Amino acid sequence: MNASVPDAAVQQQFDDAPQQKDAAVLGMWAFIATEVLFFGVLFAAYVVCRFRFPLAFVAGSARLDFPMGTAETAILLTSGCLSAIALRQIQLDKARQSAVLLLVTALLGIAFLVLHGMEYHDEFKEGLIPGIRYLENGPGAHEMELFFSLYYVTTGFHSLHVLIGVVLLLIMAARTWRGTFGAHYHTPIEITGLYWSLVDIVWIFAYPAFYLVGGAG
Amino acid sequence: MNAAVTSADAESMGSGYLVEGGRTLWSWLSTRDHKRIGILYAVAITTFFFMGGVAATLIRLNLIYPDGRMLSAETYNKTFTFHGVVMVWFFLIPSIPATLGNFLLPLMIGARDMAFPRLNLFSWYLYMVGGLFTVAALLLGGVDTGWTFYTPYSTMFSNSNVILVVVGVFVVGFSSILTGLNLIVTTHMMRAPGMHWYRLPLFVWAMYATSVVMMLATPVLAMTLSLIGLERLAGVGIFDPALGGDPILFQHFFWFYSHPAVYIMILPAMGVVSELICNGVHRKIFGYKFMAWSMLSIAFIGFLVWGHHMFVAGQSMYAGIVFSILSFVVAVPSAIKVFNWLTTLHKGTIDFHAPMIYALGFIGLFTLGGMTGLFLAAVALDVNLTDTYFVVAHFHYIMVGGSVMAYLGGIHYWWPKVTGRMYSETIARIAAVLMFVGFNLTFFPQYILGYEGMPRRYHQYLPQFQDLNILSSIGACVLAISYLMPLFYLGHSLFRGEAAGPNPWQATGLEWTTSSPPPEHNFHETPVVTHGPYEYCD
Ligand SMILES: [Cu+2]
Repeated sequence: MNASVPDAAVQQQFDDAPQQKDAAVLGMWAFIATEVLFFGVLFAAYVVCRFRFPLAFVAGSARLDFPMGTAETAILLTSGCLSAIALRQIQLDKARQSAVLLLVTALLGIAFLVLHGMEYHDEFKEGLIPGIRYLENGPGAHEMELFFSLYYVTTGFHSLHVLIGVVLLLIMAARTWRGTFGAHYHTPIEITGLYWSLVDIVWIFAYPAFYLVGGAG
Repeated sequence: MNAAVTSADAESMGSGYLVEGGRTLWSWLSTRDHKRIGILYAVAITTFFFMGGVAATLIRLNLIYPDGRMLSAETYNKTFTFHGVVMVWFFLIPSIPATLGNFLLPLMIGARDMAFPRLNLFSWYLYMVGGLFTVAALLLGGVDTGWTFYTPYSTMFSNSNVILVVVGVFVVGFSSILTGLNLIVTTHMMRAPGMHWYRLPLFVWAMYATSVVMMLATPVLAMTLSLIGLERLAGVGIFDPALGGDPILFQHFFWFYSHPAVYIMILPAMGVVSELICNGVHRKIFGYKFMAWSMLSIAFIGFLVWGHHMFVAGQSMYAGIVFSILSFVVAVPSAIKVFNWLTTLHKGTIDFHAPMIYALGFIGLFTLGGMTGLFLAAVALDVNLTDTYFVVAHFHYIMVGGSVMAYLGGIHYWWPKVTGRMYSETIARIAAVLMFVGFNLTFFPQYILGYEGMPRRYHQYLPQFQDLNILSSIGACVLAISYLMPLFYLGHSLFRGEAAGPNPWQATGLEWTTSSPPPEHNFHETPVVTHGPYEYCD
């Protein structure tokens, strides 16, 4: 643990820095595989329910704020791109630029959360939240409730992941600014970026599933 | 340690990793050493094992009389739920991977530690937090849903502490995911020079296959249980028929995890038994590559058979047929393993020490449990046998006859390595034989009871079933004694046992090349591997 400069960050169980880095990256990929199965349950439930009640899903989707969802998508994808550039910059040993990019990535994540919170707020006012305030009734209201249940659980768990990602990105930005990382060592930035891509990808599936099925109607 | 420590001191204090990391309680609770974490797990799961065992004892006592005079229906439901939840998630799932796997895998591949030591310790704390929730649920009145949490009972009707238990299992699920992640990355990245994949001991292959299942199945359980909690708390209705949701969908999700979970319990046992058999007969394993790949194929096919739990739940006939065929297919690699163990033993000189008795017991009981699994995989038979004691007997043969026998065999075999001490061989052999006898006495009658139509999960039964139930309860007493015995003689060996030396069994494998107990970072010099795992002179 207390060896000299290039090995300073190599923990005792590893032989050298590349081995430690490969282990960390493989670990994050394995974790992502776990997460895919975690969210997979919700998408499987979505397929089953939508197959059963296609019209209720169209009706439910039409009640979501399509422009807002689209803006959130743009924000999240931009942030994913910036986190990739941040990694590139630190590989080129440009720590300051990398730190700024990581900070902007985190801020975009916060913007996503704020916009989504506003959406939730509007839906609360409209009475679209099952179990808390659901005011729809009449034919198809129950089936639409199912759509909103899935929408809240999926976007809720996703937002939780965004929140964790934002915290990680802020920590990475601060550590990068203080010069912890450089071209020789930046594994934490790399695996944070991997995690952030997972957050992106889950949203890439959630956005069309919830926002884009009601448009034509 | 300074060189002047006398041998008497060394005897009273232990040596190696047992003292090198510090002797305080805190040095254990904050350790990053995979060996110490393995021991933390062993202590915790042993506690849960006996808690689940108390519940089992209550069940067997109640079933001595047909009128259920001891436990009311409600208490009985809570008792078997607690038994199931504790034994599945707090004992069987972590048993071999988190204790022996944690302790042995880095030693077996010649590594200094796991890839992520802090994460490893974190997994143990998650396990403890999950355990606290579950025990809290018990203290606040228990849960009556059965360990399967079937909807809509668990979501709409049960008035018990479902949410607490669901949170407990959710948390302990992440403990097992992170353990699996650690084992996978360690196996990929931390192997000593020369230790390529086909030189890995079969125990390591078993841990690898198990870890894949842990990582890919457990998140499905976690999300499914979240949905149950959210349905109870906030009326999210994915399993609620009143909203158009589907209770059967819950069963699909639950068994998508819980069938593979059976392999989380049995694959590690297969790994342990492979080691014990090779050592007990001092021979190379027969068909090494078949053994390794059969474990991976069990892990893979195990994901495709969950529907055999739902033959009478209203799934389509065609789905039933497909799941039935796939369930037969998964028996093929299991049979390959049994045949290869037997071939390894064939015409060998078998050393009947205690670990070997456990291993041989495993083969017999696992075979019987596996064969009756084929009965249940056949749709036409299952329609008659489902929800009877035949099913109870079947899975106890696999999980208790199989996994627990192998776990205890492994504990005995590696005890000298873990503690540096030998236990009393004679008492250990008596306990092993007693366990085999007690187990069969407990559970074989349940096959007959199930075949005769006694349903499971009732606190009462028809008077004609009483004789066999009494026999089963007597067996349970024998079994309980044989489970308590190791606590005493293994405990005794900690203080009075002879020093074991590095390799008391003349075994192959890297873990036997280092001292017993091993030093903090396992090896004084990184080993270089030049040959396969079972180079016994045949
Ligand atoms: Cu099964």
